Amino acid sequence: MRDSLGRLRGLLRKEFLQIRRDPSAIAVAFLLPAFLLLIFGFGVSLDAHDVPVGVVVDHPDALAASFTGKLANSPYFQPRSFAAMAEAEKALASHEVTAIVWLRDDFTRRALSGGEAPVGVIVNGTDANSARIVEGYVQQAWANWLQAEASERGAPPPLPVAVTQTVRFNPAVSSRDYLIPGLIAMIMTLTGALLTALVIAREWERGTMEALMVTRATIREILLAKLLPYFLLGMGGMAASVIMAATVFDVPFHGSLAVLSATSALFLLAALGMGLLISSVARNQFVAGQIAIITTFLPAFILSGFIFDIGSMPAPVRFITHVVAARYFVAILQTVFLAGDVWAVILPNALALAAMAAIFLGIARLSARKRLD
Amino acid sequence: MWHQVFALIVKELLAVLKDRKSRLVLIGPPLIQLMVFGYAATFDLDHVPIAVYDEDLSAESRDLVARFTGSPVFEPKAFLRSARDIDQLIDQRKVAMVLSVDRRFTRDLLLHRPARVQLIVDGRNSNTALLVLGYANSIITDFSLSWVKGHGGRAPPAVLEMRARYNPTLSSQWFIVPGIVAVLTQVVVLLVIGLSVAREREAGTFDQLLVTPMRQIDILLGKGLPGLLIGGIEASVIILAAILWFSVPLRGGLLPLYFGLFLFVAAVTGIGLMISSLAVTQQQALLGAFLFMVPSITLSDFATPIANMPSLIQDLTQINPMRHFLAVVRGVFLEGATVPSLAPHYWPMAAVAAASLFAAGWLFRRRVY
Amino acid sequence: MAAAPEPAAALRLDGVTRLFRAGRRSVVAVDEVSGRVERGAVTGLIGPDGAGKTTLMRLCAGLLLPDRGRIEVLGVDVVQAPAAVQARIGYMPQRFGLYEDLTVQENLDLYAELQGMPAAARGPRYEELLHMTGLARFTDRLAGRLSGGMKQKLGLACTLLGTPELLFLDEPTVGVDPVSRRELWAIVDHLTRSEGTTVLVSTSYLDEAERCRAVLLMHEGRLLGADDPARFTAGLSGRSFHVTAGGLGKRRLHERLSGAPGIIDATIQGAQVRIVTETASLPSAAALLPEVPDVRIVAVPPRFEDSFIALLKATRGAAGTPPAAGPPSVAAPARAGEGEEVIVVHNLTRRFGSFRAVDAVSFSVRKGEIFGLLGANGAGKSTTFRMLCGLLPPSEGSLRVAGFDLGHAAAAARGRVGYMAQKFSLYGDLSVMQNLRFFSSAYRLTGERRRRRIAWAVEQFGLGPVASTTSRDLPLGYKQRLALACALMHEPDILFLDEPTSGVDPLARREFWHRINGLAEAGVTVLVTTHFMEEAEYCDRLVIMAEGRILAAGDSESLKARLRAKERPDPTMEDAFVALIEAAASGRAA
Repeated sequence: MRDSLGRLRGLLRKEFLQIRRDPSAIAVAFLLPAFLLLIFGFGVSLDAHDVPVGVVVDHPDALAASFTGKLANSPYFQPRSFAAMAEAEKALASHEVTAIVWLRDDFTRRALSGGEAPVGVIVNGTDANSARIVEGYVQQAWANWLQAEASERGAPPPLPVAVTQTVRFNPAVSSRDYLIPGLIAMIMTLTGALLTALVIAREWERGTMEALMVTRATIREILLAKLLPYFLLGMGGMAASVIMAATVFDVPFHGSLAVLSATSALFLLAALGMGLLISSVARNQFVAGQIAIITTFLPAFILSGFIFDIGSMPAPVRFITHVVAARYFVAILQTVFLAGDVWAVILPNALALAAMAAIFLGIARLSARKRLD
Repeated sequence: MWHQVFALIVKELLAVLKDRKSRLVLIGPPLIQLMVFGYAATFDLDHVPIAVYDEDLSAESRDLVARFTGSPVFEPKAFLRSARDIDQLIDQRKVAMVLSVDRRFTRDLLLHRPARVQLIVDGRNSNTALLVLGYANSIITDFSLSWVKGHGGRAPPAVLEMRARYNPTLSSQWFIVPGIVAVLTQVVVLLVIGLSVAREREAGTFDQLLVTPMRQIDILLGKGLPGLLIGGIEASVIILAAILWFSVPLRGGLLPLYFGLFLFVAAVTGIGLMISSLAVTQQQALLGAFLFMVPSITLSDFATPIANMPSLIQDLTQINPMRHFLAVVRGVFLEGATVPSLAPHYWPMAAVAAASLFAAGWLFRRRVY
Repeated sequence: MAAAPEPAAALRLDGVTRLFRAGRRSVVAVDEVSGRVERGAVTGLIGPDGAGKTTLMRLCAGLLLPDRGRIEVLGVDVVQAPAAVQARIGYMPQRFGLYEDLTVQENLDLYAELQGMPAAARGPRYEELLHMTGLARFTDRLAGRLSGGMKQKLGLACTLLGTPELLFLDEPTVGVDPVSRRELWAIVDHLTRSEGTTVLVSTSYLDEAERCRAVLLMHEGRLLGADDPARFTAGLSGRSFHVTAGGLGKRRLHERLSGAPGIIDATIQGAQVRIVTETASLPSAAALLPEVPDVRIVAVPPRFEDSFIALLKATRGAAGTPPAAGPPSVAAPARAGEGEEVIVVHNLTRRFGSFRAVDAVSFSVRKGEIFGLLGANGAGKSTTFRMLCGLLPPSEGSLRVAGFDLGHAAAAARGRVGYMAQKFSLYGDLSVMQNLRFFSSAYRLTGERRRRRIAWAVEQFGLGPVASTTSRDLPLGYKQRLALACALMHEPDILFLDEPTSGVDPLARREFWHRINGLAEAGVTVLVTTHFMEEAEYCDRLVIMAEGRILAAGDSESLKARLRAKERPDPTMEDAFVALIEAAASGRAA
């Protein structure tokens, strides 16, 4: 037992010395997350604002002006007037405007007589998501105009139902606040797996693994000595990402650090276990890197619920998402950041992470032999 | 000269096709990603879990609730009896939205006072939240309009007539699947052809090439043309799958599409060759390719709109070939774009291709290691 | 049950077989090997690359499992109890198993912990080992910054920390300069004598066999023989001779002798040709070389390599022997330019940061010469070579190859040069024929000429039977032939060869030099780098490099002559090299 501790201490000291002298591990642990977080944090946003909208008014008058005024007042739109529909259509085709609002020449006449004057709204549907959001904004502006117009005339509200919207945890409905916690999960998946896969493959490539195996060190000591330092490094990267999220991107943090740390630890264990598994399959750094990128980055990007809603995926794909560790961590992070320590969300996801960590580490331990084949 | 280039092309293609790992990269990930991306990457909502807290329990409120439960977008998970349950359900992510109908709903309707309905949405996923609110609002608006009409009220002065050009059903798949053409073509060309210089450097065969009478331009062509060929075939297969399997309409012609593809693959090949000429080892080349790939996909309009980015980053995306090719593919597929209308996207790709290929050719010989 | 009274062997192998699967095929790496290693002595495991030495070592250390057979290390079955074996042995893998980003001291500390050495015992043992390996002054230096020889000694010190009973050293002397090689052997001798350690050393240098008490000779996975090295050579006494002929140049003479009946082996040794005959009798000059005046034949003592060649020829028979290569029919360039300087290098310097890999090197090579760049790994010969080929721009100085600087010259200038890279860089995924086709096109051959040259390559290098084999799967000897064929495709005037014989078996080496001789005869200028000292004998002139500088230049005879003394009447090239290094070191100290 004392021998074993001595060997572990030796291996750990070696690992820390190597990390100190070879900056590439530190780069992967700290710089890569920072770089990715910056790129994503600034680059990824689903919030439409200042959407260029073409406005065509065939017969300008006060009523039409009150309608277009509502559009101009909205922070979401940047209206641009066109004299004729043909010109506006051209602008729509060349992406100069995202949508057209068209008040036909009989707008005022019909609005004042029977009502239900049709207002043409044509959106460029290529980007379906943005199109839908723009449609929602137009609808809002229209409803506002209806209410204002009716109250001006002292008429009963044309839309008798008054909707109050409460967006919990993210009242400003800022996509950044929800994307960044998810990004952290994605980035840590990548760096966790990449770190261990690369450093172990490096030992194989340089022939030092062979030398270790003939010493008295047991395979458990060798694995543990790899896991511990990179676990700490990964936690450091995690802390750096969280600090960046809070300071650079002003994401609110409602949960407790204890819960964040504990769940991060579980998640990192799963990610490092994945890295251990990869490195036992691939003994050169190139292949290990390739596998790590293909098996972690893309699934974490699409299947973790970080950007695409898991609930809306078809059942078979939804099933696959259960083996993506990032999925559980994304759920935990979004909750801990935006909602707080909601145990009903955290516990089942943390359990799933613990199970995945145990499975990955268990398989890695079982498949590791003190042998070269 | 053409003889030498041709020999290099044949060699390059043989090397790719005979190596099991390269073949795998060509066939495996693209196929899986096409299927997974095609189905998983969707912003379309359906069966969103909601809860209903109806305090009024009148015919009117039931009518409103029925409009929600009947919509394919929403799936009611719970009917609540107490306001206390609302927070819990949302906090625990059991439901994405709670529809709460005020106790005086019918009375207020009849008294022409604002009849209150509250929508409580989980903002942890702001995109879903926005879309859910959009759907819910239009259901409520429909209810309002028909209630007013049914109770002899005055019709609203104006109604919206929404139409979506190019994608009438606003299907995410029509948006994402053409995007996959660009993403997968880039991944494959970058990994297979782009990294080949680093691979040859490590094997020592690149020195062998440099010592033959081949000129930089010959090597560049010999490495670049297989990239065009492989990228072209890969893209064609995905384009076919997009049309036949995912039924995305191809409204434009093949000329603007393939002209864009040609420029795009040339640019990606150039960038790949440049990265792998700079790298000392294959591993560095791989990390370099990855560091290029991630931002180029993120900042490309693939999943999140460029229009939402800060203006500095929007300017930066001009040098991203992926961004321009995405505009070409989607433009040709959905909007029937033509060569002249796509010119603003062609020339940046051509410029990146020219610059990167030139740099790669220069690095072939200058790179000291 | 009475145990056999024979003394327990340190290592016993009984029918050990190990296969490797490469795709669908399986390759026998170690084939039914049985043998034993006696305690307290140095045993050599000798054979060319691919003989199965490393696999056998790994099997013995418990790092691989045998498919069949039994391995007993220090009386313990290694398959049953690998941990018990590993606690008592030391194993130094190729490349020494060092952490290059740790210092000498940190490497020692790590391995001391891993061997479970008590802290108290460490101090004296460190001191002893550091003294023995001469590393005491360098304990704070990073292992990656040590020279090849020092790394090898540090690797050895790390494995010796736990005072192992049995030491496995896998190719410890590859690429290390001769001085360090000698020092390593001195340490190994010391270990066996004063500590009673049993050592098994694998090596592909046949001359190292003579330093071992016993030798296990391996080839292509099989054990060719196991015996005292003296007994290997004993059968060959009286069969080795040096031949000179005043009327013939050494290459013509070699040409004549290697085809002659009754001769097993002929190699160039400086100005002479060394031959091994089938029977032990002095061959008559008249019978051997009719009509050649002034032939002198002198008997010389046999070498271990002679017995290996004899064994190989006996096992392979005529069938396995590669086709006797006549002089390759290179369209002989006009011999008018004989003596013209084709390669001129002046004050060539290459810096990497502050490190001078090549430091003010000057030499010139004449047309039709075989010119050697000799030195250990890291001596700067590969850097020099790369600059000559135009693959690396020089920091200072000038160089001319056929009147051009290949780094800037027009493509056509490169067409006059043939190049064979280290490790025979070919396209591994392509078949032999596809490689030939590709390189013929790369060298701008077309139409009839291209067809003719490919046919020539296939015929001359005996590549017909393997034409459609994927070149990655070729045996090393064939890879070497294919690489040379590709380099000669366009009938170059100048041929650059980088470590062309590294790792191939002695027969393939002979065949290779035979071809190179033929090329030089035809007027092709050959520049070759090598770390095999004995290959200097094939060169007309050579330079010896160490630490980026030229230590000496001249022909092999004159280099050796400086050293010839009463106590050393026939010094080897390695002796000459060691003397030069020592002279340089003492010159610096003074």
